[in-house]
Amino acid sequence: MYGFEALTFNIHGGYLEAIVRGHRAGLLTAADYNNLCQCETLDDIKMHLSATEYGPYLQNEPSPLHTTTIVEKCTLKLVDDYKHMLCQATEPLSTFLEYITYGHMIDNVVLIVTGTLHERDVQELLEKCHPLGMFDSIATLAVAQNMRELYRLVLVDTPLAPYFSKCITSEDLDDMNIEIMRNTLYKAYLEDFYRFCQKLGGATAEIMSDLLAFEADRRAVNITINSIGTELTRDDRRKLYSNFGLLNLLSVRTLIRFVLSWKNILLISLFLLNYPMERARCLTRHSTKRR
Amino acid sequence: MEQFIHNLPPMDLMRSEKMTFVQLIIPVESAHRAITYLGELGLLQFRDLNADKSPFQRTFVNQVKRCAEMSRKLRFFKDQINKAAVVSSPSPALQPVIELEDLEIQLAEHEHELMEMNFNSEKLWQSYNELLEFKIVLQKAGGFLVSSNSHAVSEERELDENVYSNEGYVETASLLEQEMRPRPSNQSGLRFISGIICKSKVLRFERMLFRATRGNMLFNQAPADEQIMDPISTETVEKTVFVVFFSGEQARTKILKICDAFGANCYPVPEDITKQRQITTEVSSRLSELEVTLDVGIRHRNKALTSVGFCLSKWMNMVRREKAVYDTLNMLNFDVTKKCLVGEGWCPIFAKAQIQEALQRATFDSNSQVGIIFHIMDAVESPPTYFRTNHFTSAYQEIVDAYGVPRYQEANPAVYTVITFPFLFAVMFGDWGHGICLLLGALALIARESKLSGQKLGSFMEMLFGGRYILLLMSLFSIYCGLIYNEFFSVPYHIFGGSAYKCRDTSCSDAHTAGLVKYQDCYPFGVDPSWRGSRSELPFLNSLKMKMSILLGVAQMNLGILLSYFNAHFFGSSLDIRYQFVPQMIFLNSLFGYLSLLIVVKWCTGSQADLYHVMIYMFLSPFEDLGENQLFWGQRPLQIMLLLLALIAVPWMLFPKPFILKKLHTERFQGRTYGMLGTSEMDIEVEPDSARHHHEDFNFSEVFVHQMIHSIEFVLGAVSNTASYLRLWALSLAHSELSTVFYEKVLLLAWGYNNLIIRFVGLAVFAFATAFILLMMETLSAFLHALRLHWVEFQNKFYHGDGYKFRPFSFASLTEDDY
Repeated sequence: MYGFEALTFNIHGGYLEAIVRGHRAGLLTAADYNNLCQCETLDDIKMHLSATEYGPYLQNEPSPLHTTTIVEKCTLKLVDDYKHMLCQATEPLSTFLEYITYGHMIDNVVLIVTGTLHERDVQELLEKCHPLGMFDSIATLAVAQNMRELYRLVLVDTPLAPYFSKCITSEDLDDMNIEIMRNTLYKAYLEDFYRFCQKLGGATAEIMSDLLAFEADRRAVNITINSIGTELTRDDRRKLYSNFGLLNLLSVRTLIRFVLSWKNILLISLFLLNYPMERARCLTRHSTKRR
Repeated sequence: MEQFIHNLPPMDLMRSEKMTFVQLIIPVESAHRAITYLGELGLLQFRDLNADKSPFQRTFVNQVKRCAEMSRKLRFFKDQINKAAVVSSPSPALQPVIELEDLEIQLAEHEHELMEMNFNSEKLWQSYNELLEFKIVLQKAGGFLVSSNSHAVSEERELDENVYSNEGYVETASLLEQEMRPRPSNQSGLRFISGIICKSKVLRFERMLFRATRGNMLFNQAPADEQIMDPISTETVEKTVFVVFFSGEQARTKILKICDAFGANCYPVPEDITKQRQITTEVSSRLSELEVTLDVGIRHRNKALTSVGFCLSKWMNMVRREKAVYDTLNMLNFDVTKKCLVGEGWCPIFAKAQIQEALQRATFDSNSQVGIIFHIMDAVESPPTYFRTNHFTSAYQEIVDAYGVPRYQEANPAVYTVITFPFLFAVMFGDWGHGICLLLGALALIARESKLSGQKLGSFMEMLFGGRYILLLMSLFSIYCGLIYNEFFSVPYHIFGGSAYKCRDTSCSDAHTAGLVKYQDCYPFGVDPSWRGSRSELPFLNSLKMKMSILLGVAQMNLGILLSYFNAHFFGSSLDIRYQFVPQMIFLNSLFGYLSLLIVVKWCTGSQADLYHVMIYMFLSPFEDLGENQLFWGQRPLQIMLLLLALIAVPWMLFPKPFILKKLHTERFQGRTYGMLGTSEMDIEVEPDSARHHHEDFNFSEVFVHQMIHSIEFVLGAVSNTASYLRLWALSLAHSELSTVFYEKVLLLAWGYNNLIIRFVGLAVFAFATAFILLMMETLSAFLHALRLHWVEFQNKFYHGDGYKFRPFSFASLTEDDY
């Protein structure tokens, strides 16, 4: 059907496209941000936001506002909009939309597991989870003692199960393992998402492959920089890299492996690859912060 | 002519109200009161002088915030009252008028009180729920235990060892533990946990337990008989009681954790039946105690809510008005001394005295030393359009406004729309049976006007209700047109005497082949009923309706061009009269006016002339003899003259106007070479009007192209618009044919059978078809076509429609959702 996408597009996607375009009008503009910069109190922010699409979500909050309430309510709007779209979506759009939440799901799993390791209250942890990445049995994560149990008890029911089967080898849960688990999951997730988008073809594949490649590269750089000075071997490290993206050249990765003054080498390697300038800057800046 | 036009009585609706731009300088101490009084009056539209400031940088932002906070509290009360389903009629004028500050304090008190009560009752509910759940668990789980005991006997021997090892552990466990976890039974080593969980989670819960214990457990469940209310969302939830049997300490911690994760509440159930009974009675007594407490609490809360409910709508109204006042105050500017507020806005000239009076009252009431200064200013932009409409005219004004709000003081087509719109509708919908149905509907809406206007209606009902007076006139006119067409649900009647025709012989067998004989004078009003069903029915009615449509169309278009004359005359533009109105009038009437003349002559004389032929050969060979198509003496020279006039009229409306405009422009600027160099302030003082004339660059080619487009549009439009009026005939034909089909092919056909059921079915189908297809669909389509004829064919002759509406600051226009 490539080339004739537009012919039948409106049957399934017309309404949702209209909604998404409508949401674009609801984004805060530069003028809005300028005004928000001038706010002196949280009430000012609420007052300004009440004129925007966030207004209905904030209007029933009692006056001494907290920053968390504002964030929570604004996220709630995002989640509501997302849920509305998910309800309206048909295949394969609904699957695509679900794929978007898997990233949050991975983060939530990691958050809960880390929290339980440090013996935090589960309810408290649940509040911190991103609402887009919630699944039914998320609270039961706290029961699990090791990776195998984690998989067998909880994750086997979630869409993350196929990704998780790869990191099941490492037995005990500790900080180091959790980070590795997060990155393995992410790698599997990104690759799966990438395959899914390629399968869809058309404009989706074009746009999403670009976006996902950037995400994969960002993670690869992150992993490299954060693993310097840890006992992670280079083979372990290589296992965490996604198998697509612009950085997906072994030579470059080997280069990164010998990093001493990592930032320079990183830039050089990016230039070697003819990496788009804007993105290279983006990547390095991000990595610096993480460091 | 001029004199005559000047002496016409003024029409209020024809021109929008004269507006004036005013400035108010209000001392700070009387500002609030003055704005309140102006809001009550509702005749001044303020201009936002702080448009560049964000909402929280304005002067009265704190007051606005306070109002928003108060309205939040009021919403909270409303929500609570709705949830508690407390009915309290607002008692008018019983409460003394309170100030905003007092109200704020009062609201805060009420909110605090309510929150506290909610908190307490929530806690009570929670403990009540716990007890209730415990009771249910005791009832249900007791049953399981009894049955499991009998099962367990067989396993007794194997598990004996286990029992003893467990005994020791239980002894050392804490008291709390003991209560949480019942003593393992003496017969078996199994232990159990009983509890209650949401019904929707049971399946996943069971699966999780199964996985966690690797299948070494027994899960029993039973639905709870009573539903449990969630105190926070006040929704009832269905729950299921469960008992899990398992063995081993590790499994226990796991299961407890899972219970926790799933939000399942665990309750200890003693295995001993006597103990069970004892606890059950204990729980029951505590439950009844709690019930009494809860009841008292609810009554107390309802009482508080009722007292709030008494004044709620009044408070809401007050806060809404207060917020509107501060929003308006935020539009005002501080003057240099910071002691006065300066406001600007538009008001109708007739309202000046009222506004001044209100301002004086405000000064007096607030004991201000300084009066409010109110004076007229000059404005750059054009004033807003304001019509004083009433119940009847507002709907018609809405029809016009939907196309475009009239330019300030422009001729308002709504004046004519009041009659022409329903009339053109009726031409398409002529059937006095259907008309009567519509009339009954319209009368029902009007009779309940006072009742319905206060209510919130559905979107469809609201549309009907808004257009009730349009519906009324439409139905009256369609009764009139129906009488002319002589159709009553498509059946003709002899209302106005006998038919003019009769059959040739008594048997009337050749009526459809040879026709009828005319034996007396014409049928006095409308179409002769004998035409119905005759061979020449359609040719006759088509010719009649077609010609009638053209006559109506030419008349309405002429009215439109005439209105362009009134507009040009009103705005003093003789250029438009001479080079636009006159040639347009000549062009339209020399072609289609002449056609109308021919139609009328043909009707009066009964001539056999072919009008198509006359019109077509008027262009193709104007000098040829008309022959048998001649209708009156001197027709040929008249046609030649009219054709020449039409040919002259085209360049007349195309060329002179742009050239004259260009000449005027160059003339104006020849004398201005020095004047423009003076300081701008001087200029304004000398010539106050100067602000209005923004000297734009005169672009000749643009003006010329514009004029060309206009002329071409008019010339082509004259033809296409006239043709467009033929839709009157087409829809009328469609309507009458459709109703004939329903009448003859459904009702008469069914009536032909001598069977009650078939007759009844036929009647039902006919009634539904009439109601939904003819009365709803056809009404809608005729309405839309009438709308198009007004918006396009009529209004493009004169109407600009680029004005903006007058939106005064008025408390009356504040609606429920406005805050």
